[in-house]
Amino acid sequence: MEPVSVAVVVPMEHGLLLAAVLFSIGLISIMVRRNIIFILMSLEIMLNACGLAFIVAGAHWGVPDGQVMFMLILSIAAAEVAVGLGLLLQAHNRLRNLDIDDASKMRG
Amino acid sequence: MSIELGLFYVAAGISLVSTVMSVTRYNASHALIYLIISLLASAIIFYMVGAPFAAVLEIVIYAGAIMVLFVFVVMMLNLGTAGTAQEHIWLKPGMWVIPSLLTLVLLAEITYVLAAGSHALAGEVVDPKAVGIRLFGPYVLAVEIASMLLLAGLVGAYHLGRGYLSERRRFDRGRG
Repeated sequence: MEPVSVAVVVPMEHGLLLAAVLFSIGLISIMVRRNIIFILMSLEIMLNACGLAFIVAGAHWGVPDGQVMFMLILSIAAAEVAVGLGLLLQAHNRLRNLDIDDASKMRG
Repeated sequence: MSIELGLFYVAAGISLVSTVMSVTRYNASHALIYLIISLLASAIIFYMVGAPFAAVLEIVIYAGAIMVLFVFVVMMLNLGTAGTAQEHIWLKPGMWVIPSLLTLVLLAEITYVLAAGSHALAGEVVDPKAVGIRLFGPYVLAVEIASMLLLAGLVGAYHLGRGYLSERRRFDRGRG
């Protein structure tokens, strides 16, 4: 046992556990909330939890790949939120509220 | 348990609490404040596990750019109903005291971590140079794909937003 070098490093399991809990909060929220803004925010929470998992795992092995993946997740989140907010504006314009269930009543 | 490891758990707790608070709010602006605090706590965790570049990106892009997009849209949608009375309702002390406390804890934490010598927790720090070399070496194809994704997002957002703005202008012209 080498308690000196091991004790100060954040245990990877705890970081991954935090990421899993954050992801679950986002997943539950995306299924419960019916407001489009909150659904987009839950997507951001879930993407951020994925990035946290990548960073913690990459830091555990001391490789830069985790941060590379985090940057790709960042670009995905940016593109997703731009299109999602544009859709939100359109939905607010057409439906006059932000209830996602109203969108299921559309006929094409 | 060393004090640095305790700081990690404090940041993790703040992240969890603010995320739960953000998904249980009824008001979108309150939820956004808590979400920004959660992202700041994540940035401190990134810094403490030895990824300073990712921590900077988390604050600049996530808490900066993406959350500002959200705030813009929330403010834009509230234009019809909001007035100074609504603003007074939003800015009750009970609303901003808890976020301010959480942010102050995070501020004290990052001050301590910075003052105590950087990366007290990290086994090893992965510096931005290594990330850049890896990003433009084996992952250069992923960078190209990400650029195409961002271009698609740009075109899609422009297309969707342009329709909204032109209809809005027509609506305002017809009204005024």
